[in-house]
Amino acid sequence: MRWLFLAPLLLFAIVAGYFAVGLTRDPGTLPSALLDKPAPDFDLPPLLPGKPGLATADLKGAPVLVNVWASWCVPCRAEHPVLTRLGREVPIFGLNYKDKPEDARRFLVELGDPYRRIGVDPSGRVGIDWGVYGVPETYIVDAEGRVRHRHVGPLTDRVVAETIRPLMKSLAR
Amino acid sequence: MRRLVFALLLFIAAALPAAAIRPDEILADPALEVRARELGKELRCLVCQNQSIDDSEADLARDLRKIVRERLVAGDTDPAIRTYLVARYGDFVRLDPPLRVATAVLWFGPALILVLGAIGIAVFLRRKPAATAAPAALDSNDRARLERVLAEDDRR
Repeated sequence: MRWLFLAPLLLFAIVAGYFAVGLTRDPGTLPSALLDKPAPDFDLPPLLPGKPGLATADLKGAPVLVNVWASWCVPCRAEHPVLTRLGREVPIFGLNYKDKPEDARRFLVELGDPYRRIGVDPSGRVGIDWGVYGVPETYIVDAEGRVRHRHVGPLTDRVVAETIRPLMKSLAR
Repeated sequence: MRRLVFALLLFIAAALPAAAIRPDEILADPALEVRARELGKELRCLVCQNQSIDDSEADLARDLRKIVRERLVAGDTDPAIRTYLVARYGDFVRLDPPLRVATAVLWFGPALILVLGAIGIAVFLRRKPAATAAPAALDSNDRARLERVLAEDDRR
């Protein structure tokens, strides 16, 4: 009973702890439901002649980045230079989400094509199988074809340096 | 008068929040459409986060409404459709969170706080009368001592 006067202080510490964690988190970023699970089953046709499409089988063998993008998506334009630089280090596969093929091709002609493969998903069904809720999204898939990370929103140099590159390095071992 | 009431009702009806469901999305089978509406109310639009897919104009919400209806037509049960979406978007897609270890605080926290509060109030109310109760009456020993002390005081 002597220490009862500390109870409000303890209560404050608990509430402050919750706020310290809760308020610094971005409620807009959701954890992927696919984390550490195999990538969904899909087989998408190619966008460009001479560049293959994208299917589940292509994700096995080596760790890769799967980037969900569209020509109508403004942040995709913003992350494009980052993708172009990153594409020189690691393989990036593109998932062209709910786009018109001619618009998507024009986007790549204008800005350059950082992708090793591009699958076209005009209905967005494969996107939904991946749990996509906003473009751009970038997934890291390991050599066994399991989803290991998801980044929602445009990639920045900082995200690449702090998250993407270290994880890709650890997966490559 | 009747006309006025009717006009007023029409006006109110137009002011009610309309679901974002488009006429071409509605299923021909009314029973299935009722189930689609029930499901749509409890599924979250991931883009807008605090709206159901039935209330949201977002593209993704429309796609999810379509998927719900397609699966209903294909003969899926309601739990199967929920499982399908949770597998892709996690429990967050449900506006009605399931009871799990991780959500136990959410479900039982308020009741726990209520019980703790009730216990606190009970303890407080029980203790208070004891503190303000009249002091016990003096017995003969005490009285004798008191008189001695008072007598000493008078002598000084």
